[in-house]
Amino acid sequence: MQLTLWTYEGPPHVGAMRVATAMEEVHYVLHAPQGDTYADLLFTMIERLQKRPPVTYTTFQARDLGRDTAELFKTAARESFERFSPKAMLVGSSCTAELIQDDPGGLCKALNLPIPVVALELPSYQRKENWGASETFYQLVRNLALPKDTAAKSESRKPRCNILGPTALGFRHRDDLTEIRQLLTHIGIDINVVAPLTATPGDIARLADADFNVVLYPEIANLSAQWLQRNFKQPFTKTIPIGHSATCEFVREVAQLAGIDPVAALESATSRAAWYTRSVDSTYLTNKRVFVFGDATHAVAAARVAAQEMGFTVVGIGTYSREFAREVRDAAALYGVEALISDDYLEIEACIAKLNPELVLGTQMERHIAKRLGVPCAVISAPVHVQDFPARYSPQMGFEGANVLFDSWVHPLMMGLEEHLIGMFRGDAEFHENAAPSHLGGGVHAQSQQDTANVVPLTQAEQTTAATSETIAVSAWDAGAEKELKKIPFFVRGKARRNTERYALERGVKLITTETLYESKAYFSQS
Amino acid sequence: MSPVIPIRSDISKGCTDVIPLVERGQREVFCGLTGIIWLHRKIQDAFFLVVGSRTCAHLIQSAAGVMIFAEPRFGTAIIDERDLAGLADANEELDKVVNQLLARRPEIKLLFLVGSCPSEVIKLDLSRAASRLSAQHSPLVRVLNYSGSGIETTFTQGEDACLASMVPEMPQTPANAPQELVIVGTLADVVEDQFVRILNHMGIERVRFFPPRRAQDHVPVGPNTKLLLAQPFLAETARLLQARGASLLAAPFPLGIEGTTAWLQSAATAFGVTPERFQSAVSAPTARAEASLARAKLHLDGKRIFFFPDSQLEIPLARFLSRELGMKLLEVGTPYLHRQHMAVELAMLPEGTFLSEGQDVEKQLDRCRALRPDMVVCGLGLANPLEAEGMTTKWAIELVFTPIQGYDQAGDLAELFTRPLTRRMRLAA
Repeated sequence: MQLTLWTYEGPPHVGAMRVATAMEEVHYVLHAPQGDTYADLLFTMIERLQKRPPVTYTTFQARDLGRDTAELFKTAARESFERFSPKAMLVGSSCTAELIQDDPGGLCKALNLPIPVVALELPSYQRKENWGASETFYQLVRNLALPKDTAAKSESRKPRCNILGPTALGFRHRDDLTEIRQLLTHIGIDINVVAPLTATPGDIARLADADFNVVLYPEIANLSAQWLQRNFKQPFTKTIPIGHSATCEFVREVAQLAGIDPVAALESATSRAAWYTRSVDSTYLTNKRVFVFGDATHAVAAARVAAQEMGFTVVGIGTYSREFAREVRDAAALYGVEALISDDYLEIEACIAKLNPELVLGTQMERHIAKRLGVPCAVISAPVHVQDFPARYSPQMGFEGANVLFDSWVHPLMMGLEEHLIGMFRGDAEFHENAAPSHLGGGVHAQSQQDTANVVPLTQAEQTTAATSETIAVSAWDAGAEKELKKIPFFVRGKARRNTERYALERGVKLITTETLYESKAYFSQS
Repeated sequence: MSPVIPIRSDISKGCTDVIPLVERGQREVFCGLTGIIWLHRKIQDAFFLVVGSRTCAHLIQSAAGVMIFAEPRFGTAIIDERDLAGLADANEELDKVVNQLLARRPEIKLLFLVGSCPSEVIKLDLSRAASRLSAQHSPLVRVLNYSGSGIETTFTQGEDACLASMVPEMPQTPANAPQELVIVGTLADVVEDQFVRILNHMGIERVRFFPPRRAQDHVPVGPNTKLLLAQPFLAETARLLQARGASLLAAPFPLGIEGTTAWLQSAATAFGVTPERFQSAVSAPTARAEASLARAKLHLDGKRIFFFPDSQLEIPLARFLSRELGMKLLEVGTPYLHRQHMAVELAMLPEGTFLSEGQDVEKQLDRCRALRPDMVVCGLGLANPLEAEGMTTKWAIELVFTPIQGYDQAGDLAELFTRPLTRRMRLAA
């Protein structure tokens, strides 16, 4: 058992629902207890879809358990086929139905429906949402994709690709797709099929007609892309076009796969973010300490943008996607930090508290942590809530995506002038050193309240300095040093305190004075 | 047993003998775990630990996670493979999780272990775990257990199960104690305060609420306790309280002027309040409420409404909307019909009202589409899709999260129904 305050991913059947809901003409019959229909709300409320997800639940209750739950499933499958007449059907179990072992695949076979039925085996107690989505998409591709039909190939001489990965309930999938579709079309590439989002079973059948695949979200589409590569010789893209430079790299990669001129393709390529980050107003962003967490794809991409384009210092990077731990470890090595591979919210909270960043780039869950610690935070990855399915155009990918990233990451930070003035003048009633950025409405930072050093009263301090023989674990602060520490603005104070304590500890200094504070400052600013 | 409240003669039998349409099929409802969303705010020093799967954790955070919590007061102990395979002693694992939690949150006084579908199906004995952990952490923390599983509970029944688990903990009133009124069911703080003022005004001084705002505020119960249900979904809690000797006052639920008056009247009769005193306590708020309902009636009179099952509040709401605001009831669906607690409500419903218990959502949607109601009361899974089909909806869950009981909320309650209609008109214009 694991204590979970927040979970980064839902169960795998929610991943299957994301694929089913993204597609057209597909229906999903889910063996699940009453109440599991809550998942419909994810789509109708969080993503604000105008249709009900194409999912029929058996919604069994306790009294059904004594009877024939298998019959209940067969009835639900038969009736939903008759009512919705889908072109393909997915069948599977939720976590509770997995325990009662009714075998939806076998039961559905017995019904002999005149459409392809894909039985999903999604182990709910081992795997999670993204794995469920990936597996569902893979099973659909495996079962439905047909070899290339040369006769039916259209006359277009343009290179053609599929775009794989966007689903329902994906973080900015809607606008990423628009952005990338535009980018590809602009450089002269035709789009064969987009899947799962908007695809029908018929579209899945003609995936092989494309020359190559563009994988936008490896968590969802890598498995399928690899299968397509093995079976239909379709290569697929590896670069994730998040950030200005990654988008340029993506264009070069695509141009190479499509056999077109990359230089011409990049001709008009630019984002405002590329200039904004160079403008002098952004100089104060240099070396801001940032912690990055999310799904592997977004975390790796965000760390790259943070380090190379924004000029931040990445002090930590992590992911909850265990399937992509290697990619994140490789990225962590680039920044000389250790990767945090965990889906344990409490572990991530502890890590952020220890690293004491000035900005957290994370998920909805990191917002809870950031609120608790009083650190500015921006969302870069699912899980997200309703506010991150915005009405306005807000891709993360492509050149417009780079613009969106710049705005949304800089916004939670205190603006330059205010930061300078707070460093110079203290004790202002309104703009004091514990206040939150004024462009965000102010308020007091929680972190500055909690951030009290280990102070000893002056009289006791003299005694402590006298006794030098024992080893020390934490150095104490004298009142003067503590007061000096408070003069450092809250967003770097935690770091200063930790550095000073480390400095004192390494040198066996038992009592930290104002001198120690400045010695430590001088020491760490050299390294 | 309980005194019968006088029902106006023109009500006749209403729907007392109506046999509802009972349907089985896909049920588009929440499970009882959802109750945690409002219960954790009501009982401020309690923590709700669900013992279940990732699905359970996902449900709660999808519902509550839009708020940013520095310290959430609920969580999930997620059962994993090792627990299922019997490789890990589930009880030891649970103890470990609880200890970890209590170490992090020393201010918690009451911990609920909440059962889920997976924990029920694998028959994890949470009640024994609760008593074991209670003994271990006493007197700092009490540990209780109830089931919020979907297979056993529907939405608000989670509150019923939660409150029922607290009943054995309630102290016994002394034999010679004076009569005391206990109002059962979660109410908004502001509503509780209003009821106390009105009841005090008519001379009923000893009023308590269950659940209390803090876990340590024990509500005693015994033969001198008169119970007034503020919510219609408290079947088990009421049964257990009655088993402790308390007597249940028959009343409709305090929605709208009529419901609130009859509800208060039932307490007044039990405590021997004179008609004059009763009148003087309720006349001012009644007059205020009448004015606000008159405004709402302009929008709602004659409008046709359809209820999908959700919270068991449907019948009292339908009664209020039809009798006080002139709405026409097309279908009143309820997840579960408790005939005894609903007796007075049923008698007040217009004769011939179409009632349904349980659900087959596709068939119910067919009925709803065929009727084209002016307003549909339904869950959030259906609301936006029905709006997209051109229907006006009122999402039902809000009725559980909003102060709607009592005189001074009658207008707000009506407003919840006028707002979607007004909005539709405004946006169309």
